[in-house]
Amino acid sequence: MAAYIVRRVGIGIGLLVLLSVTVFFLFSILPSDPARLTCGKICTPALLEANRARLGLDKPIVEQYVTFAAGIFAGRVFAPDSPEPIVCNAPCLGYSFSRHEQVTSLISRSLPVTIWLAIGAFIIWMVVGILAGIYAALRRGRWQDRVVLGVSMVGYSLPAFFFGLVVIFFVIIKLHLLPFPSYVSPFEDPVRFLQTMILPWMVLAILNAAFYMRLTRNQMLEALGEDFIRTARAKGLPDRVVIRHALRAGLTPIVTVAGLDLAVLLGGAIITESIFSLPGMGSLTVASVNDSDLPVITGITLVAATFIILANLFVDLLYAVIDPRVRL
Amino acid sequence: MALPRASADRPFLSVSDLSVRFPTEDGLVYAVDGVTLSVDRGKTLAIVGESGSGKSVTAQAIMGLLDRRYAQVSGEVWLDDEELISQTEEQVRHLRGSRMGMIFQDPMSSLHPFYRVGDQLVEAINAHRSIGKTAARREVVEMLGRVGIQAPERRFDDYPHQLSGGMRQRVMIGMALINSPALLIADEPTTALDVTIQAQILDLISSLQAETGTTVILITHDLGIVADVADEVGVMYGGRLVEVAPTGRLYERPEMPYTLGLLSSVPRMDRERPDRLDPIPGNPPSPINLPAGCVFQPRCTYSQIVGGDTCATVRPELTETEPGHFVRCHLPVTERRRIAADIVRELAGSPR
Amino acid sequence: MTTEPHEILRVTDLRTYFPVRSRGIIQRVVGQVKAVDGISLTLDAGETLGLVGESGCGKSTAARSILRLVKPTGGTIELDGQDITTLSRSALVPIRRKAQMIFQDPYNALNPRHTVGSIISAPFTVQGVKPPGGVRAAVQDLMGRVGLNPEHYNRYPNEFSGGQRQRIGIARAIALRPKLIVCDEPVSALDVSIQAQVLNLLRDLQQEFGVAYLFVAHDLAVVRQISNRVAVMYLGHVVEMAPRKVMYTSPRHPYTHSLLSAVPIPDPQRQRTRRRILLEGDLPSPINPPTGCVFRTRCFAAQERCSVEAPPLIELEPGHMVACHFPVTEIPASVATRA
Repeated sequence: MAAYIVRRVGIGIGLLVLLSVTVFFLFSILPSDPARLTCGKICTPALLEANRARLGLDKPIVEQYVTFAAGIFAGRVFAPDSPEPIVCNAPCLGYSFSRHEQVTSLISRSLPVTIWLAIGAFIIWMVVGILAGIYAALRRGRWQDRVVLGVSMVGYSLPAFFFGLVVIFFVIIKLHLLPFPSYVSPFEDPVRFLQTMILPWMVLAILNAAFYMRLTRNQMLEALGEDFIRTARAKGLPDRVVIRHALRAGLTPIVTVAGLDLAVLLGGAIITESIFSLPGMGSLTVASVNDSDLPVITGITLVAATFIILANLFVDLLYAVIDPRVRL
Repeated sequence: MALPRASADRPFLSVSDLSVRFPTEDGLVYAVDGVTLSVDRGKTLAIVGESGSGKSVTAQAIMGLLDRRYAQVSGEVWLDDEELISQTEEQVRHLRGSRMGMIFQDPMSSLHPFYRVGDQLVEAINAHRSIGKTAARREVVEMLGRVGIQAPERRFDDYPHQLSGGMRQRVMIGMALINSPALLIADEPTTALDVTIQAQILDLISSLQAETGTTVILITHDLGIVADVADEVGVMYGGRLVEVAPTGRLYERPEMPYTLGLLSSVPRMDRERPDRLDPIPGNPPSPINLPAGCVFQPRCTYSQIVGGDTCATVRPELTETEPGHFVRCHLPVTERRRIAADIVRELAGSPR
Repeated sequence: MTTEPHEILRVTDLRTYFPVRSRGIIQRVVGQVKAVDGISLTLDAGETLGLVGESGCGKSTAARSILRLVKPTGGTIELDGQDITTLSRSALVPIRRKAQMIFQDPYNALNPRHTVGSIISAPFTVQGVKPPGGVRAAVQDLMGRVGLNPEHYNRYPNEFSGGQRQRIGIARAIALRPKLIVCDEPVSALDVSIQAQVLNLLRDLQQEFGVAYLFVAHDLAVVRQISNRVAVMYLGHVVEMAPRKVMYTSPRHPYTHSLLSAVPIPDPQRQRTRRRILLEGDLPSPINPPTGCVFRTRCFAAQERCSVEAPPLIELEPGHMVACHFPVTEIPASVATRA
């Protein structure tokens, strides 16, 4: 297994390199000019050139990339010849000139918000989805099953932005059940935190729970039809043990997909964060794309990709833990 | 409904008019239709049939494994002094794995792939007895040894996929017998195994049976296995029992045309047969579309002898033609015996 | 058919090994699964050779190697006088007209999305053969020959029973009148009352078209019914090969004896009084087969020589080949477990 992990990590690093190169070069083709954007209101050609040099944009593109990549490991200094050089310690993901802040610090401010959002929603949707799926499988064909399937279909079809806006409208504006969301850290003001997060958690959870309801139901039905379940019943095992056997057997695809879903979400839930004004990675992404802020976009891309690569590896290892037949 | 007689002179297992119906979109499907049979304590009954004969469903009905929400089960099943069909699901569950054990066809898929072999056996113990972890482990290791698994201490911690097919079936047998059931039902236990392993497994079942006095119901389609281990045979076709007899009698003087057809058309390892066999024409019936009257009639080459359309319209009853030998057929007894004698003679005359 | 014996298939020292890869960072080949380890056999036109053995003996791999569905590692395969062992994919296409296969599982061998008609007409299309009267007429004629209703031309496989699906597979195999058909357990998945029908059909087609069968199976009774000669395989080797009656009445190899004694006979009196050998243990690993004779670890007649020297397949009597240092005519009394 150790050899497997080493191999996967190696591939992962290769992927990250490829990704960063791709993003970097893609942006170099874009029409918008960061030098002009950060030039200021009155921008003469001379000032533009000076700005370009200050940003290091006058160097060849490959050299720019190398500087960037080296900075991740060793840190770098921005605008070293100017009166105020900016020191960026390793890992240096870049410097956002439009926001006048290092990318690393921008991300480390937004990431916790996204993490709270993702994990909270994850727990809710996994619990609801899996329990509902098991229940539906046990009552297959009966009205309980149809209700679960129906709810799942509705949840599936609701666009997050629509549902989010509707929820805000009714719960906050009309019924005044909750104040307008405004994010604070749970350690600062837990009540406010919960009041802010409860709705985005629900919105995010609904869509995903719908999917997991269905998936769990299908997995359970398939597992319940397996020969070893028949053996379990023939042994005289009580129902709850039989269900546990079936769940264990059908778990692997659920776990796999859940891990990947969570990883994607950690890269930023763009729509949900926007609707509920949460200052997470999603909001940061939207803002930086609007500003063509390449360093931030590159940084977010790399962080999100790292989550996904790690999650993939973790999920594959988990697969081997659950299923003893899998040898890595 | 007969009252149970005193235990010494009644059969250990007694099935009376057992029927299993499944409601489907196309109507009521009779998977098992009025099966009546019995087995004496310590003996082996073989139930022979092909696909659609209802033999597996019969076994599952006896064990109470059919989901009552989807299957309608009627009739009586007397296990010694208890009737099973009238009991609740929970009551029968307590009997499963303790008083009755069952093993299935494919040992590869019948064990849970994610749990260790020893743990699955311990689970079988814990479902019915509470004896503590060490005692349970000791019993399991002992049982693994009894069923012929080498190094049982080590095998306890193996996963099913680490064992061969033969070993897995031994584990299944051990699991079914660990609580010393009085009845063991084996549903095609060797069909998925090689012939040399099959011989080992059948031998194992026989010796365990001799040791413990367990009553065995063996479900199979293999007439060789039946000849080897069964004391009595029931032949099923289209959900119905069409012939029941002690084993020797069934091979010497079979009377039902289906049984005759099987015996004369099955390829033989021990005899030179004509290049072209004499097969039963047609296909086994589908349970959805059973013929009215005799269920074998569409394929029976002798129905004209009966005359008219009796075979096609009237259901024959199971009648006793000689003590212990029951046949469900409209043919007159003398005709049946004559045809049977011809076929058996022809078979016996084939060179070895 | 009254033609002189004409050799359709000659297999010489066929070997098929599958590589075993290690699980390190870089995957290397660390061993071989010796599925087929040097078998030789011949088959004449219009004849049936039964290839029997238990799981892991290599009979299925041998069958597929002979048809080049699996790449052989060594040896030669000559089909109708032509060496096909190393032919390229494209060179094999015309060979497929001469050699076909029937598969075991009637539920998986037919594409469920194709109609019966298109399944059976596929050989004509692939090989570019235009029968007089047209493809459709030829297909319907085939359907009639195998016992199917030609009007079911447009039905799908799921509308047929297992036995009928097997007939469809047979019709497809026989469409271009091949000289050799490899049958890989063609009746194992069928009900007992249907097996006889399909065996009869195969026999009739052989009579009519003179096709040779390499009949791979594990059921010794079925093999006895259909074969002219029988070869027994164990762990990648042929251990005995003989005409049918000789194989079943006077086998010589200890494994053949064990195999035959393990099959129960549908005759209670004889079955319960037979002398039987119970083979101990399980099949050795084909990655690491025993040295010398591969059967020696379970053989009741094994002696020291057996672990040192692998016995060659030699002709004990005309047509009867055995690979054993100490062939036996009868099971010794000390070995039998059941009186």
